Amino acid sequence: MRTDSLPAALAPGFTKVVVVASAIVVLAALLQFVGRHGTPLGRRRATKFSRYLLLLVLSVIVLFPIYITIVNSLLAPDQIAQRPPLLFPTHPRWSTYATAWTTGHLGRYLMNSFIVTTLIVVGTLVTSIAAGYAFAFLEFPFKRTIFVVFLSTMMVPLEVTFFTNLQTVVSLGWYNSYVALVVPFLATGFGAFLMRQAFLGVPGELRDAAEIDGLGHLRFMTRIAVPLARPAIAALGLFAFFAAFNQYLWPLIVTKNDQYRTVQIGLKYLSRSQLNNINVTFAGIVLAFIPLFVLLLIFQKQLIRGLTAGAVKG
Amino acid sequence: MGQVTLRGVSKHYGTVEAVRDFDLKVMDREFLVLLGPSGCGKSTVLRIIAGLEDPDEGTVEIGDRVVNDVEPKDRNIAMVFQNYALYPHMTVHRNIDFPLKCRGMPKPERDGLVAEAAESLGLTPLLDRRPAQLSGGQRQRVALARAIVRRPEVFLMDEPLSNLDAKLRVQTRTELIELQRRLATTVVYVTHDQIEGMTMANRLAVMNEGALEQVAPPSEVYAHPASLFVAQFIGNPPMNTVIGKPARVDGELGIETSGGQIPLTPGQCQAVEASSAESVAVGMRPERITIASSGPLPATVAVVESLGSEHHVICRLADDQEVVVRLGTDVPVPKEGARVHLGFEAGHLHLFDAATGDRIGL
Repeated sequence: MRTDSLPAALAPGFTKVVVVASAIVVLAALLQFVGRHGTPLGRRRATKFSRYLLLLVLSVIVLFPIYITIVNSLLAPDQIAQRPPLLFPTHPRWSTYATAWTTGHLGRYLMNSFIVTTLIVVGTLVTSIAAGYAFAFLEFPFKRTIFVVFLSTMMVPLEVTFFTNLQTVVSLGWYNSYVALVVPFLATGFGAFLMRQAFLGVPGELRDAAEIDGLGHLRFMTRIAVPLARPAIAALGLFAFFAAFNQYLWPLIVTKNDQYRTVQIGLKYLSRSQLNNINVTFAGIVLAFIPLFVLLLIFQKQLIRGLTAGAVKG
Repeated sequence: MGQVTLRGVSKHYGTVEAVRDFDLKVMDREFLVLLGPSGCGKSTVLRIIAGLEDPDEGTVEIGDRVVNDVEPKDRNIAMVFQNYALYPHMTVHRNIDFPLKCRGMPKPERDGLVAEAAESLGLTPLLDRRPAQLSGGQRQRVALARAIVRRPEVFLMDEPLSNLDAKLRVQTRTELIELQRRLATTVVYVTHDQIEGMTMANRLAVMNEGALEQVAPPSEVYAHPASLFVAQFIGNPPMNTVIGKPARVDGELGIETSGGQIPLTPGQCQAVEASSAESVAVGMRPERITIASSGPLPATVAVVESLGSEHHVICRLADDQEVVVRLGTDVPVPKEGARVHLGFEAGHLHLFDAATGDRIGL
């Protein structure tokens, strides 16, 4: 590790952190080793302990930036610049949040974000459920080919279609509107794929039974297939929500004023207007993050189930 | 009335012929069992009756009308599936109620019918549960309740017992028969289990490779199988068959096998001569064979299996063909390796043309 390229003030602290982290990882590896070669009981305990230790280190690595963001939002600007950095706010300045909310027009931006995100989530769910159902339950010409085409759109990065989409949006007169923010994201190959997999898990006999009960495809989809695919739908909704909420580049180029800008753009403008008060930007980031965090808390079970949906059947 | 008539029904899947030229008439209030090995097309026939599949050719009549162009929901049938096909996200009550609701029946009327169907199958205490909270037998009863609640003319059942354990299967079998008698409706029941077929059916329809082999009451099918396939499919242990050629010894026609000469009755002789079969499969039910010190077929005892109530003696003829003999516990059982003679009455033999599988004579 070349520490000499880092700012001199930071170097000792940074070295310390690296040393401690490495020591923990080495300890975990050692425990794993003991786990393989010790007595059965000791082995089990050591394995378990080393696993938790590893998870602990990993979660610290993942959560540290979020923690530092929260801490920095409560410090004064000169405290943030201090080296070594402060890891705990001794005199938290809660007023920063009010400043961020009012000077950054976060209310407006958040509302825009929610309008756009909600429309995208609802749209994605409707199109994905319909397309997934068709691929799972209907027979039509070129079904396989069309499905492969759907899948192949997953391989194309967003940036590739960026400028064509922009031209389309501008030529349709949608520039600087909710429509421009929403329409390009209403349907995804991933969504159709995920819902198809979920619907394939619905037993064919249920379709037969429903047919004898006189249910057409639309009623079977809404009354039977969709309720059974709820976990997948919840997962897809969450994925779509996070993807839409965190968008930056597209909203940046298709909007020109506060009326339609989303919160991610708003944060950028906030940081630009508060160059000397970087704590305000940090507070803004935390405010923008809270809705996501709440959603995550509510839906974490579905999210995990969705992530493993393709891997484990049942 | 609840009769079902299939005329000249055929169904292809790609190049596979699932059902060919199928004619069958199921009487009103009859319990007809479609019996056959897996892949013989019996489920396809049931699905064609239900309207879940369209036949390529032929007509399907339920009651007095041709239903080829009638939607499944309007055919006045109900179907019970192997895996029950209950809606997992609905309670037992809603599952039973669903077919009525789909038909737009008003709620008070529906509630009465659901309560009645649930009561008749002992499901009343389970009405608020979901399928996942029920045992296999309970799920099966919910599936039945869902079928009877509509009071259809015809019940179609696709291996409804095959997911139950052995004990429950026997019990449910009896319940099903009682239910059918009580409701006095027509049942078309698909199974590959010959015991279900033998015990439940008014008539058995034995299928093989998409075609009907025989339609008759179970006792008739057992006593006079119409083809070699039926003979070997029905019965446990299955019927023994020994292949031989018709030949005269001292002017008497018999079946010459490499293990010995099998004598025939005069009637059988006439039939064999009339059939002009070159090679004859002689069928012998295991319980119709006796083991003696002298007889037409010498054999060696290979294995003796004891089942408690009976013994299965597996013998090998001189030409290595295998013959299973079923003996009661009241007769002496030969030792393994013993040389014995197999005896039987010619009248109990079943003769088939070995090339076509057709029965020779009565």
